[in-house]
Amino acid sequence: MSPTAVPQPDAASVSAAFAWALGRDLRIALRSKAELGVQLMFYVIVVSLFPLASSPSREVLATLGPGVLWTAALLASLLSLPRLFAADFGDGTLEQIALSPRPLPALVSGKMAAHWLTTGLPVAVLAPLLGEQYAMDGTELWILAAALLLGTPILSLLGAIGATLTLGARGGGSLLALLVLPLYAPVLIFGAGAVDAVRSGLSAGPQLSLLAAGLLLALVGTPFAVAAAVRIALD
Amino acid sequence: MLETRSLAARRGFATLFQGLGFALAAGEALVVSGPNGCGKTTLLRMLAGLSAPAEGEICWDGASVRPFDAKLREAVAFNGHLPALKDELTAFENLAAWTTLENERADAQAIDRALADVALARRARIPARALSQGQRRRIGLARLSLSRRRLWILDEPLTALDSDGVEVLETLLAAHLEGGGLVVAASHQALPVPTANLRPLDLATVPGGSHG
Repeated sequence: MSPTAVPQPDAASVSAAFAWALGRDLRIALRSKAELGVQLMFYVIVVSLFPLASSPSREVLATLGPGVLWTAALLASLLSLPRLFAADFGDGTLEQIALSPRPLPALVSGKMAAHWLTTGLPVAVLAPLLGEQYAMDGTELWILAAALLLGTPILSLLGAIGATLTLGARGGGSLLALLVLPLYAPVLIFGAGAVDAVRSGLSAGPQLSLLAAGLLLALVGTPFAVAAAVRIALD
Repeated sequence: MLETRSLAARRGFATLFQGLGFALAAGEALVVSGPNGCGKTTLLRMLAGLSAPAEGEICWDGASVRPFDAKLREAVAFNGHLPALKDELTAFENLAAWTTLENERADAQAIDRALADVALARRARIPARALSQGQRRRIGLARLSLSRRRLWILDEPLTALDSDGVEVLETLLAAHLEGGGLVVAASHQALPVPTANLRPLDLATVPGGSHG
């Protein structure tokens, strides 16, 4: 039981591990484009249903808009979360990743980054277009996109914790929703709040700053939490 | 090299085995046998550092190791019953991804050669989903052939392999053991290992088993 000589991963091995996981997951995602398309279509459809179901008045839609666009982003993220680790868990890849000499937090970070690039980023890009349906003006749309760019990575990061904790659990998908959606609530509040603030003639600065702070916090903390959860799931 | 002391495994309230101790030296192959559900895979996962033993300790190179120990991760090649193959990627890409992950400096030529050795040269560039069960196992063999890890942990390595595949495995095992490597394998059939290197372990004879 010698506590010494545990080699600390250096920067090069961390970035190599990150790049390995990111590249591999992106390549796999690009080969299963249908799955990505389904998630984006889901986002587009959910967002487009609300104007059909409610009154077509500009005021009502403008009030609904930010909340709907954000809630749908949460649901789209949730929809794609099971894919993040379940496939790797099912085919034994996760075992090999956890047993590799490379730093596990860096490897899972690469996976989470790939998840955001394939789900969060497209949502953030699409949202301003969809916002047109809700009679949002130019500034509001920009703020919406900025808030989503800051907020969707938090969704991928927090969601990854839930996704690893529910690995191997029966009914993991619905359990995941119960676990993750409450964690998403602060992101939703500040994200939608940013657009509301602009509409009321205030600055969106505080909300965006809080989102950015939350993102930094999640970036630092989640890789280690997810790595620990992966090891627990494999035990 | 690899040593266990009074190792025990439990599943729920049932004890699979307890008081298991053995020492495996360089060039030796431990072949674990026993009826279904006697804890073969559990033992292998413990030795690979994937799960913690209920009791006892595992020592590698004289130092006690815990699950996911850094030294153990440098030394172990784990070939579990899950193939760890991505259907979307080709055999070549799967293999290249693993050698990169494991720091096994293998270039494209070495990977192609390894795939040719397991008779997959003509299937190297098609998605792995089009491969048969046996061909998937062969990719696992190609991976072992590129591995310079000292301890190979193989769970049922003979499953789905045809006679040619078994021959490849035999060559790999012989070369690995000759080079001072260690092997721990769970197998129902006789593993093609030279008897001089073979260390059989029948888990059914280890106390604590609740099976008949």
